[in-house]
Amino acid sequence: MEMTRTQIARGVYLTYLPARKFKTSLLSVQFVTPLRRETASANALLAAVLRRGTVSCPDMAALSARLDQLYGATIDYTVRKRGENQCVGFVASFIDDAFALGGERLLEPVTDLMGELVCSPATYHGRFQPAYFESEKTNLIDAIRAQVNDKREYADSRLLRLMCQAEPYAIPRLGEEEDAQALQSRKLYAQYRELLSSAHIEVIFSGSAPQERVEQALQGAFSTLPREEVCPILGTQPHEGRQEAQSVTEEMDVTQGKLGMGFTCGSDDMPALLMGNTLFGGSSNSKLFMNVREKLSLCYYASSAYHRQKGIITVSSGVEFRDRPRAQEEILAQLEALQQGKIEDWEMEGARSCLLNAYASMGDSQGKIENFYLSQAATGQEETPQQLSEQVSQVTLERIVRAMETVRLDTVYFLTGKERAQ
Amino acid sequence: MKQTFYERIGEAVYRERLENGLEVCVVPKPGYAKKYAFFATRYGGMDTRFCLNGTWMDTPAGIAHYLEHKMFDTREGNALQELAKNGAEPNAFTSNAMTGYYFDSTDHFEENLKILLSFVSIPYFTDESVAKEQGIIAQEIRMIEDNPDWQIYTRMLKALYHTSTARTSIAGTVESISHITAQTLYDCHKAFYTPSNMILTVVGEVDPIHVVDLARRVLPRVGGGAIARDYGQEPEGVAQRETAMEMEVASPQFLVGFKCRSVPDGEDYLRAAVVGDLACDLLLGESSPLYHRLYDAGMINTSFGGAYEMMPGVAYLYAGGDSKQAPAVLEAICQESRRLQEQGVDQAFFQRARRAAFGSNLRGLNSFENIAVTLTEGYFHGYDPFRFPQVFDSITPEDITDFLRENVTQERSVLSQILPRSGEKGGNKA
Repeated sequence: MEMTRTQIARGVYLTYLPARKFKTSLLSVQFVTPLRRETASANALLAAVLRRGTVSCPDMAALSARLDQLYGATIDYTVRKRGENQCVGFVASFIDDAFALGGERLLEPVTDLMGELVCSPATYHGRFQPAYFESEKTNLIDAIRAQVNDKREYADSRLLRLMCQAEPYAIPRLGEEEDAQALQSRKLYAQYRELLSSAHIEVIFSGSAPQERVEQALQGAFSTLPREEVCPILGTQPHEGRQEAQSVTEEMDVTQGKLGMGFTCGSDDMPALLMGNTLFGGSSNSKLFMNVREKLSLCYYASSAYHRQKGIITVSSGVEFRDRPRAQEEILAQLEALQQGKIEDWEMEGARSCLLNAYASMGDSQGKIENFYLSQAATGQEETPQQLSEQVSQVTLERIVRAMETVRLDTVYFLTGKERAQ
Repeated sequence: MKQTFYERIGEAVYRERLENGLEVCVVPKPGYAKKYAFFATRYGGMDTRFCLNGTWMDTPAGIAHYLEHKMFDTREGNALQELAKNGAEPNAFTSNAMTGYYFDSTDHFEENLKILLSFVSIPYFTDESVAKEQGIIAQEIRMIEDNPDWQIYTRMLKALYHTSTARTSIAGTVESISHITAQTLYDCHKAFYTPSNMILTVVGEVDPIHVVDLARRVLPRVGGGAIARDYGQEPEGVAQRETAMEMEVASPQFLVGFKCRSVPDGEDYLRAAVVGDLACDLLLGESSPLYHRLYDAGMINTSFGGAYEMMPGVAYLYAGGDSKQAPAVLEAICQESRRLQEQGVDQAFFQRARRAAFGSNLRGLNSFENIAVTLTEGYFHGYDPFRFPQVFDSITPEDITDFLRENVTQERSVLSQILPRSGEKGGNKA
């Protein structure tokens, strides 16, 4: 069964993914908008405020009663960063009609509720309910502050921020705390009207219902959407590399150090870099796993990620404070080995089949496939998992070496303990 | 093989008990590209004291988890890499009462399954390789020690229990794992990794007969006997009412725990689990009046949630999240429990919550890992988890109020908190 993507209204696209094998259907409605400091925290807050109530379900109690009645359907608000775009919206999951005890239809009522959350929020004198605005603003500020709690994620995000300083990519998913503090109800409502009329909208559906039925449900539920001129999706600017790598150390009261390293990729041979990154630190077969962890026992995790849209690779690891120099040295040595083409046949095979397996099984998870197609749409890419598989199949050792030769160290970040803790 | 079809959830399960005692379960999933295998032993972080050949043995905390790490070593090298070469994504986890090894792959499934069954059943340790793992696991322990979610949960369990090995950290401590040797690992493998203490579950579009044949060919012909375990004699009351710790976190976090009556294995185990979960939903779930009241008052936020958990010899209901008013939230939960006991559960709300819980259990069947883990737990505790629709049907509002009366009271509660560090500057240096 094939994926199709069609425009169903001005600047509104439906990605339809037919599947009968799941117990549930998934429906996602997402605003795709440029990631900007001025709007990032407002958009994040908007999703949370909209989720608080609609005209017909004005509070949490009414909303949750409605969802429970629909066999525990879930509608979660999401805030995601994809390339230099921010995606905010709702993802619904509800059981397939086949399992409803009374043979009820669930797609239509769930889509209606989605439509209400987006188009008919609970308002008060032309703005959002003051209580909802205030409490979600507090929650957003708390959530931004709480990012420090998970030290691994915190270190990863600090690295990106230092590396991409003046670029939108440095802006965190939820925006900055001081911007969140400054948010005002009236401005938020204006931002909401703006998104409704002119933001690019991606809708993704996976489930057993035929496409016509899905489109019909959407037409009904979103009939009041006031569409006007739609802003096109902006591309992501590749990272400008530094002449000389920078190194930053910060202190916190932790027992384990977190080492992050950011690299720029000069090459635009994306499939070769996908393979190169998998060989470097993208699997349990990778050079980082085999050497930094298994051979030298320096860490529990040492992995790398390729940020395709941004043209960068980041490495993340947790090590004893005193082992930092050895770990850093070893990570660079492994990159150098790749650049010199020191890649065994079994490593090539392993990396390739790891990627192919991931693409082949992507359609087995509604969450993964939604995320994949949203990322593709939000960054202007069009390949299907199948096409990516084919591209990866054709990558040669020579191409990997040539692509990895352009990988340069840009930024090193180390989160260390306070002296007392050492 | 015995085939059972579960009409209300649209699943079939093939089961067979091999001559060596191994249980094999196959769940066909037509239309999926991936195939998933889960090979588990009834042995986890709680099983530190057990009887082997008539002798009681005390083993270091963290040994089941350590063994899990070392099982990937083979005489030829490392099974992780062998599987990864075939595009399989192998991994393993150790929980309080089980250790599970698994992979999923789209190609070479039978070859991968053979590797899985071999490396888990054939131990290969040397003193050198055991010593080398200390560095890796020590870093894993350091990592979780810096994790506030782990700290708050572990400290809650220590407050709830006096002697039960539910108190024992699954990974152990850097100190406790330093006592582990190749010989202790061999002893534990011999005791617990015997087919009669294990179950293999395969999910995906595979031929069940091939799975059984392969398991018969690869695994030992004879299984071992039952293993007696000592989880500690746990008194009725809680060990400690409150526990708090300071960490580098942005805002205070809390968990409240209620020490519940433990439940014996058998079909009632599933019923108890469903009642406990539903009671938790009705008392403080996202649809409950209490949740809405606390949320509107700013005492909790979306991080708030709860669950009912069972482990050998223990059971507890817990809830928590971020809050600056944790003691008041605990008080409100106890009050709401009293109110429900006195006034009963609202009928319409009960019906809705039960229906929602059914939907949520059904959704769980999208996940191969969840299916495998659920079937494994069911096997270890003697019940059939796929009968959940019938169990939901049989539950009444009185079951819920009885549960709350017995378990969710002030006397049975503990409060675990993580507070931001006080009196220190959090300055950064560039």
